[in-house]
Amino acid sequence: MTEELLQVNNISKNFAGVQALEGVSFTISRGEIRCLVGENGSGKSTLIKIIAGVYQPSKGEIAFHGKLQGNIRPRNALDAGIQVIYQDFSLFPNLTAAENIALNYQLSRNKKFVNWREVHAIAAEAIKLIEVDLDLDAIVGEMSVADKQLIAISRALLQNAQLIIMDEPTTALTQREIEALFYVIRNLKEKGISILFVSHKLSEVQEIADNIMILRNGIKVADGVSDEFDLAKLAYFMTGREITESSFVYDPAGKSPISILTVKNLTLPGRFFNISFDLKQGEILGIAGLLGSGRTDLALALFGIKPAKSGEVSIEGQQVHIRNIQDAMRFKIGYVPEDRLTEGLFLKQSIGRNTIIRILDRAIGWLGLISPKKFKEQIAIWVKRLRIKTNDPGLPVASLSGGNQQRVVLGKWLASNPKVLILNGPTVGVDIGSKMELHELIKELARKGLGTLILSDDLPELMHTCNRILLMRNGRIVEEFTTGDITEQELNQKITESIA
Amino acid sequence: MFRQLFRKHEFFIAIILIVISLTIGLINPRFFSLANVFSLLRRATIMGIFSMGVLIVLISGGIDVSFTGIAIFSMYTTVSILVARDFQGSIFLPFIISGLLGLILGLINGVIIGVFKLPTLIVTLGTLSLYRGAMLFFVGSNYYNQAELPVAIKEFARASVFTVETSSGKTGLHPTFFILAFLGFIVWYVLKYTMLGRSFYAMGGDRESAERAGFNILRTQLIIYGFAGLLSGIGGMIVGALFRQANPFSIVGTELDIIAAAVLGGASIAGGRGSVIGTLLGVVLITIAKNSLVLLGIPSEWQRVIVGFFILLGTAIPMVQSLVVQRRLAMQRDEIPVTS
Repeated sequence: MTEELLQVNNISKNFAGVQALEGVSFTISRGEIRCLVGENGSGKSTLIKIIAGVYQPSKGEIAFHGKLQGNIRPRNALDAGIQVIYQDFSLFPNLTAAENIALNYQLSRNKKFVNWREVHAIAAEAIKLIEVDLDLDAIVGEMSVADKQLIAISRALLQNAQLIIMDEPTTALTQREIEALFYVIRNLKEKGISILFVSHKLSEVQEIADNIMILRNGIKVADGVSDEFDLAKLAYFMTGREITESSFVYDPAGKSPISILTVKNLTLPGRFFNISFDLKQGEILGIAGLLGSGRTDLALALFGIKPAKSGEVSIEGQQVHIRNIQDAMRFKIGYVPEDRLTEGLFLKQSIGRNTIIRILDRAIGWLGLISPKKFKEQIAIWVKRLRIKTNDPGLPVASLSGGNQQRVVLGKWLASNPKVLILNGPTVGVDIGSKMELHELIKELARKGLGTLILSDDLPELMHTCNRILLMRNGRIVEEFTTGDITEQELNQKITESIA
Repeated sequence: MFRQLFRKHEFFIAIILIVISLTIGLINPRFFSLANVFSLLRRATIMGIFSMGVLIVLISGGIDVSFTGIAIFSMYTTVSILVARDFQGSIFLPFIISGLLGLILGLINGVIIGVFKLPTLIVTLGTLSLYRGAMLFFVGSNYYNQAELPVAIKEFARASVFTVETSSGKTGLHPTFFILAFLGFIVWYVLKYTMLGRSFYAMGGDRESAERAGFNILRTQLIIYGFAGLLSGIGGMIVGALFRQANPFSIVGTELDIIAAAVLGGASIAGGRGSVIGTLLGVVLITIAKNSLVLLGIPSEWQRVIVGFFILLGTAIPMVQSLVVQRRLAMQRDEIPVTS
């Protein structure tokens, strides 16, 4: 019988006058994989938390297994077999995998004593359910994100989960790990377990979902069978506007462009070997490769965090030695680490202050103190130069739209006037609307002559923003492509080709 | 087998302990004399009892600096009451009163920390001062010397097992050592084999996850700080007995030595890590550093320097371990053949 596991009827929620959800209804049946799609702030998390009993809805009703629930407490949701795997997985980094898997189960059975053999047996049984192999004695803090996720899933299964809600489960996973996760999810489906998969990565959603529903500003704007949607349609529903992204055209404008960064035989034993490439002014060069290919190490070496052991680096033809971050900054190399774009802001501080934080020295006046007058001048200059859309730079950064926030973050780095900008995973965790805006900004900067290196797992991103892509594997550059000459599929194949 | 040992922090501390003991013993054989060993154990016992409470607090992700204040408050108040009533009974009552006082003060810590969700360091810094001040104001600041102490305490101070006759007189092991051994066993068992003990580790590892898993954080914190207080009360009474005086100013300022011993033994200030064995090894190491360097002819001013050095060493070991592991991984990667 196709039982309605979860029924959500006309749920609304407001927080202190802000409408987070309005009249959302849907159902999940046994063994259904339903994807919940929406931009940041669309109300996805609020909806999950209402189902899990963390928040109480302002209006509407919820039924588990066809039975209408009153006030749902977290305990009720758990008893109904509803398990949420939050983005942080709620694991204990100091304990072993086995204990992490078994602990909640033991606790829910009101165990007072710990039998370690039993803990092991329970954990072994649990990972068998999802047909994966894990080192149960490893300390969870030392395991990969993918493994942590598997631990969180097996822990949920132990608690007799019938609906597993996964909040942005693929955020920190590599392509291969995502495929492994999807394998597990399909497996669960076969066992009759339902999945609510919350994501803003549209291509993944399409691959895994039976049904897709889309939230925008707290309202369900679309709901249907996965096949009814294509990427463009999903993006349209999610953002409320047409998203079209043109690919980057590198135009040296007739004149022969100068090499802004030249790398020759750069080597750091154990990390990368004999790396050579040339970055011209105005170019956007992508570096693709699996996690562990050495691409992040290369970026760290170029920025002086973990300097290379041998090889040459030249900036505008001038050989330089980068031994530390101070050197790299003196040679006008900028590095934006992963997640810095999303987390590199002081959200409660003003837009202006955030923008000029890296160039406070230009606002120094009398006695080496910060001059309020120069401070304001600098803010005015940069807000204008970065075209941040705001009436008042004194407002907190949190008041800006996602895309404009990203402008502030990038602007912070640009204010220090780099010649080479290295971006590591520039749009990890960014929703599609902001992502496009950010890509446009990167292209615009390149047109003004900045040399940019982008390290990314996101192939469409590389295809859209770069004019050339280097492929790294096992610490070596194995191939180079011009983006016009290769399709995304071909590139994907090259990247995932077996590492023999 | 060796690789597993290598991952154990306790293994390194034990090795350092053995090397230092052998070095001191070779230079000055008096180090291994029974008199010296018993005297070291006596000092280590006092630290050891306090360290068990400190360990549990650290594992749960907190830090408690108020335990010396609780210890002295409990001991001094107990002795004051007993002296005023001319107490003639057995040693058990002083321990019970002192322990109960400690438990109450510890629970006050627990309530402030658990109910108001305040940072543990700030709360216990506050209560340390509060308890000491309250004691000096309400109970007094007179010092009771050996003659004034109740008979039971005086007798307890002289108690000894394994008494041996040496050239310099009688020496023996004080029975408090067994109190510590018993406590150590209980704490070890609770930490390893009960859900309560695992909840301490879970809380220290990730508090929010512990809450989501369904652990009752408030109850756990009351147990932790109540237990730490109880141990402090008992430890305080032992301090009074072994020092043969009830001095409202003794052991002030030794909080950090004991926290340092636990950290040296592998407990993490950030919470979630620590073991009974490691902590006790840390206590012995610090005790030796503070008391036995004189046997080497090292001036006593250097004690602090050496203790500080040990703490740095203890915190550096986990770093070195992870570096070695990383390097080994890097070396392995270097051997991967080029495929294209």
